Amino acid sequence: MIELKNLRKTFGSGEKKVVAVDGVSFLARDGEITGLLGPNGAGKTTTLRCLYTLMQPESGQVLVDGVDAASDPLSVRRNLGVLPDARGLYKRLTCRENIAYFGQLHGLDAATIRTRTDAAVRALEMEDIADRRTEGFSQGQRVKTAIARALIHDPKNVILDEPTNGLDVMATRAMRVFLKQLKNEGRCVLFSSHIMQEVAALCDRIVVIAKGRVVADESPDALRAQTGEANLEDAFVKLIGTDEGLAA
Amino acid sequence: MKSALIVFLKEVRENLRDRRTLINTLLTGPLLGPLVFVLLINTLVTRELNKADAPLKLPVIGAEHAPNLIEALKQQRIEILPGPADAERAVREQDADVVLRIPPQYAENWDKGQPAQVEMILDESQRDSSAAVRRVQATLEAYGQRTGALRLLARGLSPSVMKPVVVAERDQSTPQSRSGTLFSMLPYFFILGTFLGGMALAIDTTAGERERQSLEPLLANPVSRGQVLIGKLAATTAFAMTTTLLSILAFSVAGHFLPTDRIGMELDIGAGFAARVLFVMLPLAVLLASLQTMVAAFAKSYREAQTYLSLLMFVPVIPTMMLSILPFKPQMWMYAVPLMGQQVAITRLLRGEMVAPQALLLCFACTALAALVVYFVTAHIYRNERLAISA
Repeated sequence: MIELKNLRKTFGSGEKKVVAVDGVSFLARDGEITGLLGPNGAGKTTTLRCLYTLMQPESGQVLVDGVDAASDPLSVRRNLGVLPDARGLYKRLTCRENIAYFGQLHGLDAATIRTRTDAAVRALEMEDIADRRTEGFSQGQRVKTAIARALIHDPKNVILDEPTNGLDVMATRAMRVFLKQLKNEGRCVLFSSHIMQEVAALCDRIVVIAKGRVVADESPDALRAQTGEANLEDAFVKLIGTDEGLAA
Repeated sequence: MKSALIVFLKEVRENLRDRRTLINTLLTGPLLGPLVFVLLINTLVTRELNKADAPLKLPVIGAEHAPNLIEALKQQRIEILPGPADAERAVREQDADVVLRIPPQYAENWDKGQPAQVEMILDESQRDSSAAVRRVQATLEAYGQRTGALRLLARGLSPSVMKPVVVAERDQSTPQSRSGTLFSMLPYFFILGTFLGGMALAIDTTAGERERQSLEPLLANPVSRGQVLIGKLAATTAFAMTTTLLSILAFSVAGHFLPTDRIGMELDIGAGFAARVLFVMLPLAVLLASLQTMVAAFAKSYREAQTYLSLLMFVPVIPTMMLSILPFKPQMWMYAVPLMGQQVAITRLLRGEMVAPQALLLCFACTALAALVVYFVTAHIYRNERLAISA
């Protein structure tokens, strides 16, 4: 379970001060997929970065399974599986070695790493690339490897920043199936997206962010009811007050 | 500490697979110095030796005024050439190393027993001609003294009257110390090797990792940034020290290809030398690795980091330049200054002189302290949250 309370993050100072995240609060429950929806530059990535302790919020609190990220960032990171916006691999290592490196950093033993990697390779259908060096991988192959290494420690909570970015139709479908599987395993899944259909198809709960603030936090049906729009995309546009930056 | 070890092993393994880095560590870094050195020294020594052996060509103006003097010069294997029209210009434009001018009054003064003047036209700023100048000068002086002695004898006086003081030189230099002056550039090549050996990793593990966008996922692992940094620094230091060790080996082999025996010099690069040099270079390798990592952490891309580090490469030149321009006597405080301490210690070890263990320890401790300070600064930068963000 992930809980954000009144999170605020600014960059720069004086004249150039930018408020990236302005009092964001929401709750992502176990066994649910929570979608963080918003146009480009709304503050999604910054919110997530504060969540996985890469950045320190100016004020507010992040709780992961009840643990405060500010006071114990290491155990928060231990309970999180993170697919950041940046998902670079080590191109001189094979896919398996990339995954094993993160497993070791999580303190897993070699046997556990092997079993879990084998499972991930099957689940993500990457048998053909598992023992190849990652140099020259396609975008889809890179994302698969990055996901496998992010989940090597079997985390209760999974955070994905725009997971379908740059993926083709087939890979996107596979990703959706995978996210649902994570949910069915009882995990707390939180992902960000600026794509309406994706969020509508997957989420149990939608948190809409615009200009660093939460403008809605509902189930898809409730969102439609709240705005009075039958179409979720129209509801979204109405909520953020503009269709600027809304790419589908 | 376990996480640091994991990071270290991964960086070593990954970089061992990079051909460019390997060539840098195993070939360019350690071999560049010895190669340049052997070429340089060989050319220098061979030229000096050739000059000493070869007959010297000396343009003389007015040779007809002093046939005896010319004869004496010829006996010293100096070949007399007709003088140029404009002696000053010929020397200025380096057509001749030195020109001798014998004025018409020479014979007259000589016959009267008065000092007969000859002019040597030379250019002091031309290092290249100094050997020729010295030789002509010595020959002329010897001729003058011989004639003076003969004149005294003719007047019934002993020539020793003219020599109330006799100077006997007792050279205290050993073959090794003579090679030391010639080899004062050598410590720089060791330090340069250390620098080059770690450079690729320092860039790859910071700016490179950020450019590949792999730093953010790495830092999402439950490992403190300090541990990550220690692992990366250890990998950089390991590569730098490998290069240093290979440098020493390469120099000990290169020593055999130098014509040191022909100029009566001796270069002792043995196990004892290697152990002492590695001892003083270890903290320097850590210091340089931390410095390189710090500088690379500021850079946004691989290329930018390369540019910064190339500039940083000039820092180790400074003590080398200072010590070779200013003649110095090794002082204890010099060992306490990082880079300079290594420079002084290696120079003395090369000359076959004893360096007190305290001096080596002081050098080690002070450089290690500096490395620690730079490490803390780098660690501070590493904790900056903007470090991981690629865009």
